[in-house]
Amino acid sequence: MSEPKVKIATCSLAGCFGCHMSLLDLDERLFDLAERVELDRSPLTDIKELSDCDLGLIEGGVCNAENVHVLMEFRARCKILVAIGACALNGGVPAMRNQFDLKDCLEESYLRGIGLVNPQIPNDPEIPLLLDQVHPLHEVVKIDYFLPGCPPSADAIWTFVNQLLSDQPLALPYTQIHYD
Amino acid sequence: MSEDQSFMLDGRRVPFQDGQTVMTAALAAGIYIPHLCFNPEFAPHGSCRVCLVKVNGRVQAACATPAASGQIVQNETGELREIRRGILQMLFVEGNHVCPACEKSGACQLQAVAYYVGMLAPHYTHFYPRRPVDASHPEAVIDFNRCILCELCVRASRDVDGKNIFAVQGRGIQAHLVVNTTSGKLGATDFSLADKAAQVCPTGAILTKHRGYEIPIGQRLYDRKPISVVGDVATVAESKGGRRHE
Repeated sequence: MSEPKVKIATCSLAGCFGCHMSLLDLDERLFDLAERVELDRSPLTDIKELSDCDLGLIEGGVCNAENVHVLMEFRARCKILVAIGACALNGGVPAMRNQFDLKDCLEESYLRGIGLVNPQIPNDPEIPLLLDQVHPLHEVVKIDYFLPGCPPSADAIWTFVNQLLSDQPLALPYTQIHYD
Repeated sequence: MSEDQSFMLDGRRVPFQDGQTVMTAALAAGIYIPHLCFNPEFAPHGSCRVCLVKVNGRVQAACATPAASGQIVQNETGELREIRRGILQMLFVEGNHVCPACEKSGACQLQAVAYYVGMLAPHYTHFYPRRPVDASHPEAVIDFNRCILCELCVRASRDVDGKNIFAVQGRGIQAHLVVNTTSGKLGATDFSLADKAAQVCPTGAILTKHRGYEIPIGQRLYDRKPISVVGDVATVAESKGGRRHE
């Protein structure tokens, strides 16, 4: 009998998918990982509905109403929730818009941008409403672990996931702690 | 004075001379005590509190505590590491430190000390203050978002350059770095890259223009080795990725 697989869900909120690319950078170690884990909702599986999971990995900060909804769903469904990458930890580059009023950001992009035809601020009900500021995950829900980096290297992700899955204390070597 | 004055630091005997602080004596003995506003070339400032140590059971700033015979000093303890980490986290959320978008990332003392004390996340609620960037000077730019009020540029400009270009204005959370001109712009001063003030900033608040990313991310000052081994950014030569002019 093989051990039951650990169920992992991942998602990218206000991020660039760089952290997911870093996850894919595990290369052949992905085969190892696949022996031990099963992917639930994730951009890599395209499963839309989240089920109860052991581990949730979230990339990106919270910039709109949908991000809040998804994050709260992950918190409700995942036993352990991990913030991965600069944006999830401190808002990152998207949070640089916090220097400006949201109205000014929208007008700069959609009304005053160069080469715009029929400029208008998007207002379709399908588009999630933006929050007035971008927030890191821990300002919205309880986060159990943090993994810094932009993105965290595949080695850092590997160290972290291995230590977590084998119930070891989390300790990253110096070269794997980076904010950039 | 007697030559055998010493105190104990984490169980190690550290000799000192009259006038030395716990910090300068430790530094002379090759022992690293994390710090940001301290620079051996300047009088202690005691503002960042990162160098907190326990002296005879009392928490004190190592940079501002005179060394005395028989002191029992604790430096590398879990408790102090946690306090320092908390201070670092507060410094990070108080400003706008977007490391991935900063030219000084990897050669930043704020970042390096945060790595050293094992800070993984900022923990606190971010202030996201709105602060300006001053690019009025032809050779240098000041990004006030990254200033941690260590006053090293203030001290360097006043005490070494004799120009008195910088000052900290306001109190408490209102405290902020200003440029001593009517317009408040660096471009209106005689600030020069040759100034000492241009070589001491521990963060990316004062940057040189027209140069960027000469050393790639991953090969920078603190990318491979910790600050306890590499030393402060102000003491490392520019050609080696630090700020000190050769």
